[in-house]
Amino acid sequence: MNTKVELEIVAAGAYASVQDGGRRGHRRIGVPWAGALDSRLMRIANALAGNVEGAPVIECFDGGLQVAARGGAVRVAVAGDASVEVDGRDGRRKLPSWRSVTLAEGESLRIRRMLSGRLAVVAVADLALPAVMGSAATYVRAGLGGVGGKALAPGVRLPAGAGDAVDRALPQPPLADAGPIRIVPGPQTGHFTDEALQTLTAAEYRVTAEADRMGVRLEGPRLAHRGAAEIVSDATVPGSIQVPGNGQPIVLLADAQTAGGYPKIATLISADLGRLAALRPGQALRFATVTADEGASIARAHEGETRALIAAIRPLLPDGIDVAVLYSANLVGGVVHALAAEFRPLPSDHA
Amino acid sequence: MSVSILDAGDAALTIEFGDAIDLGLLAAVNALDAAIARRQAEGGLAGLIETMPTFRSLTLFYDPLATDREALLAELQPLLAAAGQGAPARGRQWRLPVCYEGEAAPDLAEVARTLGITEAEVVALHAGTDYLVYMLGFLPGFPFMGDLPRKLRLPRRAEPRVRVPPGSVAIATGLTAIYPWESPGGWHLLGRCPVPLFDARRDSPSLLAAGDRVRFVPFSADECRVIEAGLSSGEIDPLTWLDADAKRATAAQEGA
Repeated sequence: MNTKVELEIVAAGAYASVQDGGRRGHRRIGVPWAGALDSRLMRIANALAGNVEGAPVIECFDGGLQVAARGGAVRVAVAGDASVEVDGRDGRRKLPSWRSVTLAEGESLRIRRMLSGRLAVVAVADLALPAVMGSAATYVRAGLGGVGGKALAPGVRLPAGAGDAVDRALPQPPLADAGPIRIVPGPQTGHFTDEALQTLTAAEYRVTAEADRMGVRLEGPRLAHRGAAEIVSDATVPGSIQVPGNGQPIVLLADAQTAGGYPKIATLISADLGRLAALRPGQALRFATVTADEGASIARAHEGETRALIAAIRPLLPDGIDVAVLYSANLVGGVVHALAAEFRPLPSDHA
Repeated sequence: MSVSILDAGDAALTIEFGDAIDLGLLAAVNALDAAIARRQAEGGLAGLIETMPTFRSLTLFYDPLATDREALLAELQPLLAAAGQGAPARGRQWRLPVCYEGEAAPDLAEVARTLGITEAEVVALHAGTDYLVYMLGFLPGFPFMGDLPRKLRLPRRAEPRVRVPPGSVAIATGLTAIYPWESPGGWHLLGRCPVPLFDARRDSPSLLAAGDRVRFVPFSADECRVIEAGLSSGEIDPLTWLDADAKRATAAQEGA
């Protein structure tokens, strides 16, 4: 008998949803891109699972996600700085993240907690979901994509498999970047006092509890408008920093409204969207301005780092072999460091 | 016409024609948008992902790995010259049913009180005007329509609602809209439209398009329930609400 191989969501944690590279081409009818908040995590997770880089994945906030193989073996891979464990036939074992693992029927994988940041991505071999308007990304407000247009909940089952039956690991995970979040002033900087942009880049802001896939409300020194805190609505982009009348900035992310009537003082560069989305409520951050051209250079460098990371992924020997041996045999980790340092000296480089 | 090119990060830029709701600005936006679409169809503007037209500006989303601003702007320059000469896109004419009573109209009494007219006068004014769909945005299928009769113009509510029910027909400033989805919102709710504005299964998921014209037709709560049941069972086609004259014109065009 041919049983279906599936991945069951046993626990969804704080919030988990199916995402991919996003839904392009429909902003003019009000449909945001949605898609993975940190596309680098998605691409690495998929590469670890043996999928194409833009395949649908599970994106989860703040850990707590537990998934189990049903009807056969399922290969999953975790990207993100997480503490992971597998409940297997031989008991419970800890697993490093940044690798894939093949769960036998009945085995489960759990993201116990995030070691840093709040985003983890779980890629699933052979996860196939129908594209809605060109993408499987879940956009809950309009019920698009994912499984029935909803966030993942316990009991949901996703079609899955063991893929090419090779587990893989990323020898050296991406370096955490504690530097400022980079922004390009505009499009409505002129709607604010001259001091407002200075304040935004000089002061510390804090992530509030209102932080999700739509956006992140920040709190900190008030940004003063020159006139009314309102404009005739125009387009927003992922990374727009809009400032309503209370002077507190809101950074818009993947699921945000496509148009808005609040002036936008600045826009995050594309390479830093994932970093901002990964900040936890209560965490402090700083902004630094760059030009649009500098932002594009950083985007190219970021892409180079991502490709180097993916190129460094290595097949694992069958389980039981010490992964650390492979880690220590890594020859390309230094490339990643060099690329990062070119644009953003690491704190250790100042010492 | 003066044009400003505004930075919107490293992956988007906004071409702004002005800061008002104005048919001349809208025409310029539409003309540039159409010129860009033609250029893309010819294989130009590599790296441009999509455009977003609004009342007064066009935002271009591009892939900074596939193009750069300088190349994009150089290719846009000749297209910008054409933008002054457009006319607003001519859309279809709709007659959409609205229930202006009871639970469907939570702010009707307050709006009438604030304006110093009767509820019936508010409804007559709101349903007695042809509205232009200036743009879609905010939420999937959400139409920003105008202009409201002067007498109905009010600022947004001081306290935005946390939950505006889907289908709500709302007014604020000089505009009217229909909320296709439950969402927070600060507009005044005058009624409810039973026709779904967005369906991802359709070839054109948004019922309305920028440039369409909309007239609201009052129906009783009972009538709206019947309409809603007919729409959800598939007995009523949403295109039923295209204006009869407009439908005849479309049929004649298709027959030609």
